Amino acid sequence: MGKPRGSALMRAYLVVLFSFFYLPIVVLMVYSFNESKSRSNFTGFTFKWYESLFHNDMILSALWLSLALALISAVIATVVGTMAAIGISGMGRKSRTVINNVSYIPVVNPEIITGVSLMLLFVAWSGAAAWWNQHAAAFLAFFPEDVIGFPSLLIAHISFCLPYVIFNVAPKLRQMDVRLYEAALDLGCNHRQAFFKVVLPELAPAIFSAFLISLTYSIDDFIISYFTCGTLQTLPIAIYSMTRKKVSPEINALSTIMFLVILAIILLSNLADSRRNRYKAGKKVEV
Amino acid sequence: MRRDTRLAYPYVVWMVIFIAVPLLIVAYFAFTNKAGQFTLENLRQIGEYAPVFLRSLLLAARATVICLVLAFPAAWWLSRLRVRHQRIMLMLVMLPMWMNFLLRTYAWMTLLENNGLLNRLFGAMHLFDLVNGINGLLGASLPTNITYFPMINTAGAVVLGMVYNYLPYMILPLYTIMVKIEPSEIEAAQDLGANTRQILTRVLIPLSMPGISTGITMVFVPSVSTFIISRMLGGGGNMLVGDLIELQFLGNSYNYNLGSAMSLVLMVIVLLCMGVTNTSGGEDGIEGVV
Repeated sequence: MGKPRGSALMRAYLVVLFSFFYLPIVVLMVYSFNESKSRSNFTGFTFKWYESLFHNDMILSALWLSLALALISAVIATVVGTMAAIGISGMGRKSRTVINNVSYIPVVNPEIITGVSLMLLFVAWSGAAAWWNQHAAAFLAFFPEDVIGFPSLLIAHISFCLPYVIFNVAPKLRQMDVRLYEAALDLGCNHRQAFFKVVLPELAPAIFSAFLISLTYSIDDFIISYFTCGTLQTLPIAIYSMTRKKVSPEINALSTIMFLVILAIILLSNLADSRRNRYKAGKKVEV
Repeated sequence: MRRDTRLAYPYVVWMVIFIAVPLLIVAYFAFTNKAGQFTLENLRQIGEYAPVFLRSLLLAARATVICLVLAFPAAWWLSRLRVRHQRIMLMLVMLPMWMNFLLRTYAWMTLLENNGLLNRLFGAMHLFDLVNGINGLLGASLPTNITYFPMINTAGAVVLGMVYNYLPYMILPLYTIMVKIEPSEIEAAQDLGANTRQILTRVLIPLSMPGISTGITMVFVPSVSTFIISRMLGGGGNMLVGDLIELQFLGNSYNYNLGSAMSLVLMVIVLLCMGVTNTSGGEDGIEGVV
């Protein structure tokens, strides 16, 4: 600990640790190019698993479902969550604490319990709606009975994204300078204009990152979707069913593509970040 | 600034219907039988599954301890790097987390198989010859014809899967706390005559305590409730609570009441764990992870 920077032990340790993180992924990617189905013999180079992946209807339709689901749920969660963050910040201390604590439930609860509890809710709803539609007057019997499928998935995804939106936007709201808003009012804005012209642009980065977080959580979620999807298959669920059935290097091909896409997104966003920072730093120097 | 509290109403209604009510339904099912009458039978029945609960707790605890031991030096060294390098290293820690955990677990499945890559590697290193030779020398009761190490479908493989999947969740909160520790605090301890061990136990660990407790929760909770890792790496013999619950709702056992009771017990376990590690539900409870 005396001279931590550049100590050989530390470097060796970090190299071992990162090998542990990345070797399995590298092996997975290498075997996506394997001619045979073997997971230990490398018999020759091929792209055929990528080709068959792009003709695999199960995977493709799962991919579209996941993307649509992620987009819709992220948009709704971002809008409702941002509104909520603003509303909550105007509340008294007591109700704020209560709401914050309830918001933490889905964050800290094991995902399997969130999934199971939502599944029970949808099953109960289906039963109740069926009963109602049978017994109520015809013009009142309009409750949908088949909610398990896309509606239940959408509700589940919005539910687990909402708290993350609030926890992302609320701190930014606290940091915001109230005087900016007051200045806008003094300069003749009404409340609505002041909100859209001053407050919202100020919050925009936090709202956008909340949107991105929701998007990734939704695309990545397996456990909660597993309990609320009925017979639909999101991408992670399709992956799961692939790993349960016979071995196919298509999974490796899919992993490789997903890893490269993620890597590209992260590198691009980091590049944009550092560009922006440099630009900002440059501006500061000029001033 | 005028902050209209009505803006929060849609969210509040949403959370009541889709967070609070579902949990109440779980509680309702846990304390009723199939006919809807009040009963404690479900909770009593859980007693029969005590070994599974114990195994879950044990494996999750093992994974958590291993994660803590591995992550502590890693996070400390990361926090002492130059800022530029820290950013790169942090990205490297987070990058595998972005891969779906099913794929990460699948990767280990192929590595740990009896004729998988690791066993072939061991074979190429003549490790089995060595073990067979040693066993031959030691005594007649030991096998001398090993051709592979059984790794998949063992409890060890499940722990490995947990560690691999959740190690970043330990490194990140530790790092977030440690980055705030000034080198001068360590130097002060050194000047006052503390040795490395004393610095560790009297300065570093106490200062990192918030990160440690967050990390423990972030690793223990998903580990104790997982059903995928145990199913993919543990085979049939290493069932965990998660598998049991899943069986009651989507599997062959199909008993909502028992499954709800199990979920309730699992929730209590998680709450106790959080009580012990004192993870606050406060604003920085999940700091550094989201």
